[in-house]
Amino acid sequence: MRYIEPHGHMVSRTTDDYLAMVTAGCRAVCEPAFWAGFDRKSADGFYDYFCQLTDYEPKRAARFGLPHYSWLCLNPKESEDLELAEDVLALIPEFLERPNVLGIGEIGLNKNTRNEITVLERHVDLAASRGELILVHTPHLEDKLKGTRLILDVLDADRRIDPGRVIIDHVEEHTAPLVLDRGYWAGITLYPESKCTPSRAVDMLEMYGRERMWLNCACDWGVSDPLAVPKTALEMRRRGLSEDAIEGVLFHNPARFLQQCARFAIP
Amino acid sequence: MMKGSDSHADQPSAPSGDRILDQFFPEARAKLIDLAAILDRIDRYGGAEDYRLRAFHRAMEEVSRPGGADRARRVLECFSDPTTKPADKPVTPVATGAWAGERKR
Ligand SMILES: [Zn+2]
Repeated sequence: MRYIEPHGHMVSRTTDDYLAMVTAGCRAVCEPAFWAGFDRKSADGFYDYFCQLTDYEPKRAARFGLPHYSWLCLNPKESEDLELAEDVLALIPEFLERPNVLGIGEIGLNKNTRNEITVLERHVDLAASRGELILVHTPHLEDKLKGTRLILDVLDADRRIDPGRVIIDHVEEHTAPLVLDRGYWAGITLYPESKCTPSRAVDMLEMYGRERMWLNCACDWGVSDPLAVPKTALEMRRRGLSEDAIEGVLFHNPARFLQQCARFAIP
Repeated sequence: MMKGSDSHADQPSAPSGDRILDQFFPEARAKLIDLAAILDRIDRYGGAEDYRLRAFHRAMEEVSRPGGADRARRVLECFSDPTTKPADKPVTPVATGAWAGERKR
């Protein structure tokens, strides 16, 4: 079975994880910029991180023949400081030229504040003005429903944004229909302690359709499983999905979305 | 391994309600007992009462309410912030899993 891991924070994983993913059939991994687990003190910290995402990490993955792509942004958790946000936003354009960059992400909201919305709008503007794809993080737990609605309002308000070029990640049963009904792609995140189990992920594919959905593990420094996507194939088989249908969701769907970026090559 | 009336232990048969029940009953039973034990544990340690438990009990009512095959959505909504206005500042430093209501503005 082939699959693409469209959302993994590989900088926080071991090299053994790359080996395990490739062994399980992973053909490409995509890494959105995210929170380091602590707030960075300056734009220089982000400069180094963007170098890691666009230079060092692709080389580490290449040792296993695995194409590595990345998304760039200042994450919503660090968006409360508007001055820092402007400094980081100014850094991003030079990195967008690098060969493994897919677009702007994972942007979005965390605590649904006005400052976070301001920084989200700045990122959306940057993406729209350059025709970049967008990957959106939605808030966790009690903040997800409201955050998803606010994010959709920001995206809908920008006439340049084509919903087919935006994926809203970490959807659950109360947000997936909102996202799909407005024409956006939806990402389901398989995460052991929060978010979604493989069974619920397959439920959502059954309820909301497989057309504009992808599955990801979002593995990071938390309790997470870099093999959550291939493991979900087992539950898909139990529900009667054919091997073609499984590969359709786990490989062809992310490929179809990502190939809208000219820098992405189908692996 | 699944146990049931049909011989589907090795090969997936066409999905049906009975087959789904066969597959998921042990998991659902274990999770329900765990849930009961957590509530007992809170009681044994003197009890607790806050917005999280209130949301939890509302969610339990939604689980018991039949129909619609949309219990997961309804449970998630019981824990969700239903407001629509952006916050001036982060209301709580981290998400707790249940909406605390209009406070600490
Ligand atoms: Zn992420």
